[in-house]
Amino acid sequence: MSLSDETLITLSHGAGGRAMRRLIDELFVDAFDNTELARLEDQARLDMTGLASQGDRLAFTTDSYVIDPLEFPGGNIGTLAVHGTLNDLSVGGARPLYLSCAFIIEEGLSIGQLRRIVHSMRDAAQAAGVSIVTGDTKVVPRGKGDRLFINTSGIGVIAQDIELAASQCRPGDRVIVSGTLGDHGAAILQARGDLALDADLASDCQSLHGLIQRMLHACPEIRAIRDATRGGVAAIVHEFADASGRAIRLFEDQLPVKAEVRGVCEILGLDALHFANEGKLVAVVPEAQAERLVGVMRAHPAGQDACIIGEVLEGPAGQARIRTLLGAERLLDLPDGELLPRIC
Amino acid sequence: MKYTDEFRDPARARQLLDQISRRMASPVLQARLPIRIMEVCGGHTHSIFRYGLEALLPDGLELIHGPGCPVCVLPRERVDDCLAIAAHPDVIITTFGDAMRVPGSRQSLQQMRAEGADIRMVYSPLDALQVARNNPGKRVVFFGLGFETTMPGTALTLQQARAEGLSNFFLLCHHITIVPTLRALLDDEDVCVDAFIGPGHVSMVIGLEPYRFIAEQYRKPFIIAGFEPLDILQSILMLLNQLADGRADVENQYTRVVRPDGNRRAQQAVAEVFELRERFAWRGLGEIERSGVRLRPAYAEFDAEQVFRLPVNPVADPEDCRCGEVLKGQLQPRQCPLFGTACTPSQPLGALMVSSEGACAACYQYQRTDVQ
Repeated sequence: MSLSDETLITLSHGAGGRAMRRLIDELFVDAFDNTELARLEDQARLDMTGLASQGDRLAFTTDSYVIDPLEFPGGNIGTLAVHGTLNDLSVGGARPLYLSCAFIIEEGLSIGQLRRIVHSMRDAAQAAGVSIVTGDTKVVPRGKGDRLFINTSGIGVIAQDIELAASQCRPGDRVIVSGTLGDHGAAILQARGDLALDADLASDCQSLHGLIQRMLHACPEIRAIRDATRGGVAAIVHEFADASGRAIRLFEDQLPVKAEVRGVCEILGLDALHFANEGKLVAVVPEAQAERLVGVMRAHPAGQDACIIGEVLEGPAGQARIRTLLGAERLLDLPDGELLPRIC
Repeated sequence: MKYTDEFRDPARARQLLDQISRRMASPVLQARLPIRIMEVCGGHTHSIFRYGLEALLPDGLELIHGPGCPVCVLPRERVDDCLAIAAHPDVIITTFGDAMRVPGSRQSLQQMRAEGADIRMVYSPLDALQVARNNPGKRVVFFGLGFETTMPGTALTLQQARAEGLSNFFLLCHHITIVPTLRALLDDEDVCVDAFIGPGHVSMVIGLEPYRFIAEQYRKPFIIAGFEPLDILQSILMLLNQLADGRADVENQYTRVVRPDGNRRAQQAVAEVFELRERFAWRGLGEIERSGVRLRPAYAEFDAEQVFRLPVNPVADPEDCRCGEVLKGQLQPRQCPLFGTACTPSQPLGALMVSSEGACAACYQYQRTDVQ
């Protein structure tokens, strides 16, 4: 019997026997295709001399991915799980090298859908030049999970001279965003289907590694980089202000937001600054390098819409604010919890 | 988006602000400073804070943030009612996102959802009806709230439910009507308001006529206004013009949406389904006569108040809460001793901290410390 004869994941696929072996061999090992994984030991073994030749520090990160729907315009839970963890490594200046990947699958998930997701993970990892070298599979009974959860951890290497940290922001520095705000958040809201909206929205899910390497090469003085996922660009700006003990001011008229995303925001009374992104970074750079760096970023596919959106001020410490379209200033708010639409 | 951008144009805003400043210089207005303008609707309050309009207006012009946020004025016992219904294992509660975080006396809908109650956010009451169709074995209760803006949608949903003969759909009605509350504010001698920025979306349904008494009996200028910053600035200018000329009229700035007689079909649907209650409680303001609606007897079978046994426990606001004074313009949000300390958007004690359209929440969110 082969996996292609089966249609649904059952508890057998997590029970340690032949069915699980088929799933691992015929799907995961086949797709992720590398010698470390194919060894099927309980751990991946990574060559330290190879790592040490690329830098002097390891970067290590982990993230779990849960999303409804599993597949959406612009990506799926698998591309999120690869790009998200790679981006968490990259924004620290690391070159990502290895990923682990753990699947928690709810009984009843279609093997066809799982195959699509795994294949897009393979493609995303290949494009970024990283290997998925170890993994785990669990199957939980129907009703005990939400179809599929994925955890990925990542290892990368940071070169000697790179030291990015949010605490380094200085008054006068400029705040740069790599592209339009909120594409992922708006696309997911639409993909859930309960808005009855019909707009051309797609997630921005992408790896930022190539863009960041080019940015660091062109401008080693970059103070800090973060990827703006949950909480959006607003949350990152607050983090930068807190960590550096400075204030940050954004300019509302400089914020890049697609018309379709703005439409969703207007209808729901929400703000694109709070929407999640899955392939956008926020960087703080010295003023003298800012314009040139934006030019470098725009020459890269992941940074085509890069622009300067704000500046670092002396203080008050930890304050994030925004100059509105009309020239008034107000605090940049950070939602307390879930984004709840204003309707009534 | 072009259509909204036109109403946010910075150059045009500067022109309007110049005109407002020139108007304020008129001797008639200078003789009666400060000019106090109440924006009735929470949507306006939100826009004013969102765009930082107060900082751009000339000295001597004060904005008072009125009672028109339906979530803010929702008494805690009404949330308790909803929670009591949600505790039935065969019940699905559906409501707007705005209501999810409103605290009852013990917890909010969001917290009760975390404890396992089936509470779902919908974007329209028709979505709630669909939940009822999809779950014939469950009783689906829509917690309806809002002014005349959302009332017609609820009315049409009830008409549809009756036409389909659905027996598992119910309404817990907290729809309220703004006009009696405006009259109560005008009759309150503590309230000093010179003019009103009137609600835009409510007026789209009810038209201009219901406000006529404000101009005629109380001699207060009243402008129906849109929600974009230029709408609000233009409305302020129109109000100043009336005050300077010694006029008091109801005028419509929001002509692209509001027709003088409103939306007749919506009015008919509302009249067919709802009737006025003798009195209704507003958080921060107390009981106001004829300010809420309930289902007519013909719709009794859909009325959650009659179908479910509800607790009768009025819950007083904490004693230190000064929401009423803020609503009446006697106190700035920041002057309340609880503001930003005991009372914050994540732990709201007072009504006005509950929704982002409430004056205190907007003030906390956008002006917590004065921005230089």
